[in-house]
Amino acid sequence: MDKYVLSIDQGTTSTRAVLFDREGRLAGLAQHEHRQSFPRPGWVEHDAAQIWRNTARVLREALADAGLQQEQVAAIGIANQRETCLLWDRATGEPQSPAIVWQDTRTEQYVEELLEDPGEEFFRARCGIPPATYFTAPKLRWLLERSPSLRERGERGDVIFGTMESWLIWNLTGGADGGVHVTDVTNASRTMLMNLRDVAWDAELLSFFGIPEPMLPEIVPSGGVSWPARVVLPGVPIAGVLGDQQAALFGQTCFDAGEAKCTYGTGAFLLLNTGAEVVRSDRGMLTTVAYQVGDGPASYALEGSIAVAGSLVQWFRDRLGLIRTAPEIETLARTVEDNGGCYVVPAFAGLFAPYWRPEARGIIAGLTSYVTKGHLARAVLEATAWQTLDVVDAMNADSGIPLQQLKVDGGMTADNLLMQSIADILDVPVVRPMVSETVSLGSAYMAGLTVGYWPDLQGLRRNWHRAGQWNPGMESGERERQHIMWRAAVERTLNWPHGE
Amino acid sequence: MFAGSGAGCFLEHTAYDAGVPGSVQSIERAASVLRVLSAAGGPQQLGCVAETLGLAKSTTHGILRTLVGVGFVEHQAESGSYRLSGAMAHLAPETIDVNELRSRAMNWVDALAARTRLGCRLVVLESGPAAAVGHAVVAHEVFSWHDGRQVLDVGAPVPLHATASGKVLLAFDPRGDEILQRVPLEQLTFRTRTERRQLGVDVGAVRQNGYAVEQSESQVGVAALAAPVRSLGGITVAALAVSGPVEQVVDTVGRPRTRLLGQLVDVAAAVSRAVCADRA
Repeated sequence: MDKYVLSIDQGTTSTRAVLFDREGRLAGLAQHEHRQSFPRPGWVEHDAAQIWRNTARVLREALADAGLQQEQVAAIGIANQRETCLLWDRATGEPQSPAIVWQDTRTEQYVEELLEDPGEEFFRARCGIPPATYFTAPKLRWLLERSPSLRERGERGDVIFGTMESWLIWNLTGGADGGVHVTDVTNASRTMLMNLRDVAWDAELLSFFGIPEPMLPEIVPSGGVSWPARVVLPGVPIAGVLGDQQAALFGQTCFDAGEAKCTYGTGAFLLLNTGAEVVRSDRGMLTTVAYQVGDGPASYALEGSIAVAGSLVQWFRDRLGLIRTAPEIETLARTVEDNGGCYVVPAFAGLFAPYWRPEARGIIAGLTSYVTKGHLARAVLEATAWQTLDVVDAMNADSGIPLQQLKVDGGMTADNLLMQSIADILDVPVVRPMVSETVSLGSAYMAGLTVGYWPDLQGLRRNWHRAGQWNPGMESGERERQHIMWRAAVERTLNWPHGE
Repeated sequence: MFAGSGAGCFLEHTAYDAGVPGSVQSIERAASVLRVLSAAGGPQQLGCVAETLGLAKSTTHGILRTLVGVGFVEHQAESGSYRLSGAMAHLAPETIDVNELRSRAMNWVDALAARTRLGCRLVVLESGPAAAVGHAVVAHEVFSWHDGRQVLDVGAPVPLHATASGKVLLAFDPRGDEILQRVPLEQLTFRTRTERRQLGVDVGAVRQNGYAVEQSESQVGVAALAAPVRSLGGITVAALAVSGPVEQVVDTVGRPRTRLLGQLVDVAAAVSRAVCADRA
């Protein structure tokens, strides 16, 4: 009987189970969305119990979709939305809090205080990341501050904490009945509680945030270890765990220093593998763990996140009504030859990497009576390309390894004009792999490696096939001229006055 | 997912009847009949309309009779042909934005390319006020596993008379007959069809079989298979093609390799479903 690897992709809006064959090709898929809850402005929550139920469902449905038996599943890999976290009761298995999502900004005030005192450097020196509402520790502290009884029970280890992969592994391995409580290094590296070089919980950070140690999961490598599932697919080893962006980096076979991928979706995430070196960024990139296999040294990465990419197209569609569907942005953009001199900087909620200017707001600059909606559409697409360049330039300077080519994935890779713009503006070839499900593939690869379903990294590289490529075609003088214009536009978004 | 229809009956065109849950299928089909008559320009025979939409003649006859009954279509008793009544004279043709098509089809076409290891393309007839009638272009392309090329051919013109995708469009696009009479027949290889009558025979076979085969007609040593991608009610909006070295695509007597054809037809059906989904 043919064997397959099953990957769980627990994302922000839905949970998917995806089956892959030995050549890394998709063999089955099932997906269920879960509720997004916004109890107050800036608050975003998920129901962890619903997510667990959905996970169990999609596991069964994916097997049914592919017509496979449980015995044919060689291993389970997990990729998850990072930073989202919750508390639950060890004895009953019931969540004791909603899952607070990475997008949630309830900790904004506290984060600003941290940036004042003790300041960014205190944290970056230990865990590699600066205080931001994204990360887990401020959320966890918020939960414990609200409820002294939760803190007490946490100190006794009766209430435990985890990000989404911890929650799923705990439930899959038996839950209240012997569930394993672990977190993988890539997820731990987003908590602000893990020492980046030691790859272990940092006592000083734990004490600073007031987190009781008994609540914490054990930090484990992304691969090389496994635990047998005890429910849903009893006996099948859970053998690979990665945060979603790191999973995409792995799925794109970026195994060596200097290899990078960018995922283009609502936002965009660019990760550059920096090998065994912890590269500190002075230009607003995040230093994070790429993956760790068994006892081997951790591989690190620089991460640059662009908040607004595909969401700018959605805004153009839903708020301006100038296109009916998102892909039509390309149709409209192709009605003109260039951007007509206009530039869009979508600083909708401030500027992210590499600027990190929360006060900035969006701008459309360079307008003359010549500009049409076609030029605006072009500028909308180019905004994603210019933001990518800003991140790449910062990373090249931080790491000293110039980017040779960019591997891309995500929904926006269907837009040929966007891909060509990125190649033109970055001045490197852009390549798209044949499997667009790189997040699921990455966790499947890690799990498959652990159980020997795939022999080694070289074997995985052989599965990577180029589906499309775009080569740089913009004349360098033109690129420089436009780059000056882009930077002028970005500058005009800064110091936006906030009267409220 | 890729169960494959094998050498099954490709005349069973209900495979393409994606439909939308909650919609009335007969109305979707009636709308397509109206669009076909609109695009055709002149009166059409029952058989022609049926073949264009991939419906059985009896089904099409029932729809036409009902449309005549409600006054949308006129039937000419002597010639037996049908045309739109005055009321419906200005119906717009069914098109899908090419970038929307690519966005919906991409995952499926990628999967076909991964599974077959051959190059895959979606080809469409250009539409819109500025488009020349009968000009086909590549809407989406995925490299084959062994492709050494550096650049995609998206946007490049496709010769209708010399490619499998071109023949699918000639066979099933509502304007196909009109285009067939006008398409330039440039000789690209020794096997290219340069006689219009011969091309007409090929197109007739495509209508019968539901797919097209081409061998060394546009490039010596390269063969291709193509199948139609259909929108709501059965209107063909694109052709999906796989191509590669002759021996990988056809057998020694020029028939399509069964497994490959099955995979192509399955994916064309899947892309058709994706195209029909949620066309609000």
